[in-house]
Amino acid sequence: MTGSSRLVAGIVAVVLLGGAAAAFAIVWRPAIAAVEPAGPLSFDAALVKRGRDLAAIGNCNNCHTMRGGRNFAGGLPVPTPFGTIFSSNITPDAETGIGRWSEAAFRRAMRSGVSREGQHLYPTFPYDHFTNVSDEDDRALYAFLMTRQPVRAPARENQLSFPFNQRFAIAGWKLLFLRHGTYQPDPSQSAEWNRGAYLVEGLAHCGACHTPRNALGAERNSAQFAGGDVDNWHAYALNDQSHAPVPWDADALFAYLRDGWHPDHGTARGPMAEVVSNLSSVPPSDVRAIAVYMAGVSGTPAPDRKRQGEAALEQARSSSIQGSQANAAGASIYAAACASCHASGRPLPYGGINLALSTAITGPDPRNLANIVLSGVQAVEGERSPIMPGFAASMTDAQASALLGYLRARFSNQPPWSGVEKTVQDARRAQTAFLLTSSAPRNAPADPQQRDKP
Amino acid sequence: MMTLKVNGREHQVDAEADTPLLYVLREDIKLNAAKFGCGLGQCGACTVIVDGKAVLSCVTPMILLEGKQVTTLEGLGTVSEPAPIQRAFMEEQAAQCGYCIAGIMMRAQALLQRNSRPTDEQIRSELEPHLCRCGTHMRILRAVRRAARLMDTADASSTAEGRAR
Repeated sequence: MTGSSRLVAGIVAVVLLGGAAAAFAIVWRPAIAAVEPAGPLSFDAALVKRGRDLAAIGNCNNCHTMRGGRNFAGGLPVPTPFGTIFSSNITPDAETGIGRWSEAAFRRAMRSGVSREGQHLYPTFPYDHFTNVSDEDDRALYAFLMTRQPVRAPARENQLSFPFNQRFAIAGWKLLFLRHGTYQPDPSQSAEWNRGAYLVEGLAHCGACHTPRNALGAERNSAQFAGGDVDNWHAYALNDQSHAPVPWDADALFAYLRDGWHPDHGTARGPMAEVVSNLSSVPPSDVRAIAVYMAGVSGTPAPDRKRQGEAALEQARSSSIQGSQANAAGASIYAAACASCHASGRPLPYGGINLALSTAITGPDPRNLANIVLSGVQAVEGERSPIMPGFAASMTDAQASALLGYLRARFSNQPPWSGVEKTVQDARRAQTAFLLTSSAPRNAPADPQQRDKP
Repeated sequence: MMTLKVNGREHQVDAEADTPLLYVLREDIKLNAAKFGCGLGQCGACTVIVDGKAVLSCVTPMILLEGKQVTTLEGLGTVSEPAPIQRAFMEEQAAQCGYCIAGIMMRAQALLQRNSRPTDEQIRSELEPHLCRCGTHMRILRAVRRAARLMDTADASSTAEGRAR
């Protein structure tokens, strides 16, 4: 071997070794030593209570509790474009839950998406948001979870195709998309706005649903709050691209997030129902902070947008029937199946919203409307709540499509949707499957404050 | 004029496309088992079976029924020959005022036709759209369980629903 070729081989070896070391450094995470479960009495009650409110803001139970399953015991199938991921057991069970996790291990999972054992966690667990959560709040969340009832529930095997079933791939994903760091306050804004920003961008992880994702499943920062997808529902745009007939403001957002409905916007349903159900039980000041921050995200509506909102409210007040007779089938179905509630003028939450105010009808695709027409809004067990019958049993796909087309033409000034019948077919399949597994409620209580009363 | 198939018979009815099925059943065909409760699809008293599925007839316009087979409680059995679901509700004395019971029986029948051994949880969640102000809920649950047992032993195909198929 000549000197120069020896040199080349040496360089290659160094590069390979260096590459391997770098890859190792990126992928490998050490295990954090297991601890003996601390026992519920070792946590301060006030800390546990704060953790409880934070867990509600974080909507933890939505993914980590399955319909008919035990609280926080996981097992919920979460459909993703890459396959199905099952939520994990976050009860303090020593064998199948997080009972042997130290607080440091819990904090690392929240901040970096790594399990106690050193395994990379899929970003279905939104640590890209939770990395913003303060140490203090992680401590309270830890105290809350560690004082829950331990449940023995082994993790279910994820159903992912190659290469997504390789956990080292997650390390690459993090390299590209995970930006570490707790939330940094903006001194030019109010304390309330900053509190809201901290919650929205962090624990509440609003963007996880409301921001569109790229091909690798990461939120597109350039399109923050431009509308995303969750469980075959469209999570509406919350920025200046909002399709809401009446523009949102902080007061409306506060009422909606707190009570689950607003007279100008309707009732929360689908995955958002679980969010508002949780928010109904946390300190109003936090909900107000979220509303203030999100109102800033939507921005002040332009004058013509404002005018459109006033026109929609006017249309809802006058019960004028103008609408195309081109779609006689849709009109007949609307008259008999929908108008008795939605054109009755009965106030929300028990009356149906006037459909001139419904974002489901002005939205960019008919998914939400299809879901709601087919599945309705189920009652919340043991509480007063708005309900709507589902029409899956009485309408064929073609009939439901005719109705959706009619509603779009009559109640919005938007162009017709395309692919409505396909959407209805998908909604029939997806909602049936989803209603069997998802945790309750799929509906918001009418008066959540009654919840702690006999 | 349109043709409506109810309990295995064809009826020529003069109804608008947006007339609710309930009105046609009660006023034109004079089948009064399905009740008008709220007229909003929120109480379940008007429930009938359409092509094997429970539907709320007060919010089901006639236009949705072309070519479909409607079954009302009258189509399941008669006073002298009650269907298993009717026998079970009588034997458990599940009706107090009875206004909601016809609708509940229809939804329970639809459930038992597709799942002959439902769990208690399945029965409860299936009957969730029905209101009963008298409060015979526990008897209703027992009656549905009894009906499931009766159907297991009796010849369930002796109902009109069976004949219609």
